[in-house]
Amino acid sequence: MKNGFSVFLAAFIALGLSWCGFVLGPAKQLGAEKQAAVLNSSDVYPIQRTGDAALGLQVYRANGCAACHTEQVRQDGVVCDVVLMKPGKNPAVVSNLVSTLKLTGLTKDEADAASDQITAAGGSVETHIIPVGTDIARGWGLRQSVAADFLYDTPVQLGSLRAGPDLANVGARLPDFNWQLVHLYAPSAVAKNSAMPPFRYLFELRKIGDTPSPDAVQFPEGFAPPAGCEVVPTPEAKQLAAYLLSLKADAPLYEAPFTPVTTKP
Amino acid sequence: MSENPTSENLGGASVLASRIDASCRVPLLALFGGAAVWLVVGLVLSLAAIMTFHNPDMFADCPFLTYGRAQAAANDALLYGFCIPAGLGVMLWIFARLSQTELALPLVPVVAANIWHLGVLVGTVAILIGDSTGFAWLEFPRGGSVLLFTAFLLIAISAVATFGQRRERELYPSHWFLLAALFWFPWIYSTANLLLITHHPVRGVAQMAIDFWFANNLIFVWLSLVGLGTAFYFLPKLAGRPLQSHYLALFAFWTLILFGTWMGITVSAPLPAWMPAASSAAAVLTLVPLLAVAVIAVKTVRGSAAACNGGPLCHVKFGTAAFILSGLMLIASACPQFSRVTEFTWFAPAQVQWQMLGFFAIVMGGAIYELLPRVMGFGLPFPKFVRLQHWLFMVGIVLWAGSLAVGGVEQGMRLGNPLTPFADSTDAALMFLRAGTTGLLFILLGSLLFAANIFAMTFKWKLALAKTVIALIKSPLEAGEVKS
Repeated sequence: MKNGFSVFLAAFIALGLSWCGFVLGPAKQLGAEKQAAVLNSSDVYPIQRTGDAALGLQVYRANGCAACHTEQVRQDGVVCDVVLMKPGKNPAVVSNLVSTLKLTGLTKDEADAASDQITAAGGSVETHIIPVGTDIARGWGLRQSVAADFLYDTPVQLGSLRAGPDLANVGARLPDFNWQLVHLYAPSAVAKNSAMPPFRYLFELRKIGDTPSPDAVQFPEGFAPPAGCEVVPTPEAKQLAAYLLSLKADAPLYEAPFTPVTTKP
Repeated sequence: MSENPTSENLGGASVLASRIDASCRVPLLALFGGAAVWLVVGLVLSLAAIMTFHNPDMFADCPFLTYGRAQAAANDALLYGFCIPAGLGVMLWIFARLSQTELALPLVPVVAANIWHLGVLVGTVAILIGDSTGFAWLEFPRGGSVLLFTAFLLIAISAVATFGQRRERELYPSHWFLLAALFWFPWIYSTANLLLITHHPVRGVAQMAIDFWFANNLIFVWLSLVGLGTAFYFLPKLAGRPLQSHYLALFAFWTLILFGTWMGITVSAPLPAWMPAASSAAAVLTLVPLLAVAVIAVKTVRGSAAACNGGPLCHVKFGTAAFILSGLMLIASACPQFSRVTEFTWFAPAQVQWQMLGFFAIVMGGAIYELLPRVMGFGLPFPKFVRLQHWLFMVGIVLWAGSLAVGGVEQGMRLGNPLTPFADSTDAALMFLRAGTTGLLFILLGSLLFAANIFAMTFKWKLALAKTVIALIKSPLEAGEVKS
């Protein structure tokens, strides 16, 4: 490196390469992404947030919720279960097959082989796809998070630390609006020993006037405000809770397939 | 002659050296003064943030210091408020010294330093009042980032002009690292701001890819370029031995910028699979520059007769070692096997703290203690603070970042087992967070000592300046000027 220009050139090449890879590439590839089709359905995913939920994302951003919460479910892979739907014309053989064959926790190929055997015997089967992984076992999501989940978010609040639980699917996990408000006002009221700071500044503690506010938060026993007072959420609190309820990554997609469980076995 | 910093300050060169130093005085004071303030402010905000884990109820009624805001403000105050201006100040001085000329356009960096610190103030206040952009490490809204960008360009103009008028044409290794850093920041900062902080940002997770790329290129690559450029200047100078060797440094430079810039995409990010894979591969390759830097540092310092004694040499040596450790932590967290445990835990914040405070701040501290007495023309007002600050920082960062890292692994092992309740993982980390707070207090104390030296020097200089002015006013007029 004899002169300033060669240093400039070196830096230009090195940074230019990674810029093409990690900025230009994704901006072209992901920036043009459109709504995806939900598997086995005519629906599209995701639906853009509206109203309070859309405003709530900005409350989430302003208060730095992503400092402690991720919105990103990880998955180790999928397993397949073969489920017998109808025994068909030859129930004895089929039930014999079902009891001898391994039908749960299979790979795709094993599942195909098993379902071929049963179908050949006259039974009709369905193959269920079940994502596995720690986050899914914790009940944080039905499948891994994929690019489509964040299509309409600005800013995308992926988060990088789990000082609190993942929120990718919190709207499906904890769908009670009042629960969310109680949790924001006094986390320890609903989650014992919670490390989350209470967000009391998003609420107003006030004397009950002539008529109690219809919005007032309903507390569990032992956590109610002093007699004659009520806790009323500010618009920000309501928006934040609406946003949390709108966090539902529950659509099976081509890149993240799973079989929605309708009834528990 | 400037090719080898050890040969400076001999004979007639010392007159020139003191002229060069004097030309840097006002710009450096402006940059370092603000940096010292932001270091203290950033650490106080860090402390306020971590208090939430001692008592979650603490700021429940105070929106400005809620964890999510205080933490982001603390990070940005440390990175943009302290690290970057301190690095730029040291860079200007090194450029002037290596060029053997006075600083070019000295007024420009003075103005720029004030614009920069104003930008940090605007940005930090914006975060605290809830105006953060929501992108990690890019939280300053447009008002702040425009000021920062302008200020950086102005300082770069002065630095490049000084570089251009150099008398010693041959480049020294520090030149490569620092010049690359001058080029790096405007590119990554403008890219990130233009694509993310506009009315029509890129859509969806592409935002995250760009944010990851930006944060890695700023915190890992930029800080490493400036920190290593500084270390490669001061290590030989303080140890009294030439840098071993220029070829190895060139190798470290190329591999660092080629591989380091591809890191930063987290392993399980919901991005096309090739991106985390490319990042992991780059992380493994980044072992090469780390190794090269380790060899350079050891070979340069080994056999040196210079005593360390808690002085600037100690700072730079510890800082270089900290760079290796921080790099290894970053590489480890990019390996899928290791990141299964550490992803989404306190391990990543620990690495960033180690990089910013353990490596960069300590190298800059050593450099500033070494160059400031020369620049000011008088010794440090509290010379004993240098050693004390070094110890406070060393013990503090080991306790602080060490606790976070160990806490992160403990947290991750519980997080990775679905049968362990989630609360157990937070509780496991909580203990370490609380222990680490002691370390943070040590660092804060050290930063106060650092600020004390800088402000006492500024005050002493201003007092001397005022005295000269008063003496000038009071001095009897020349006979010819007296009117009858």
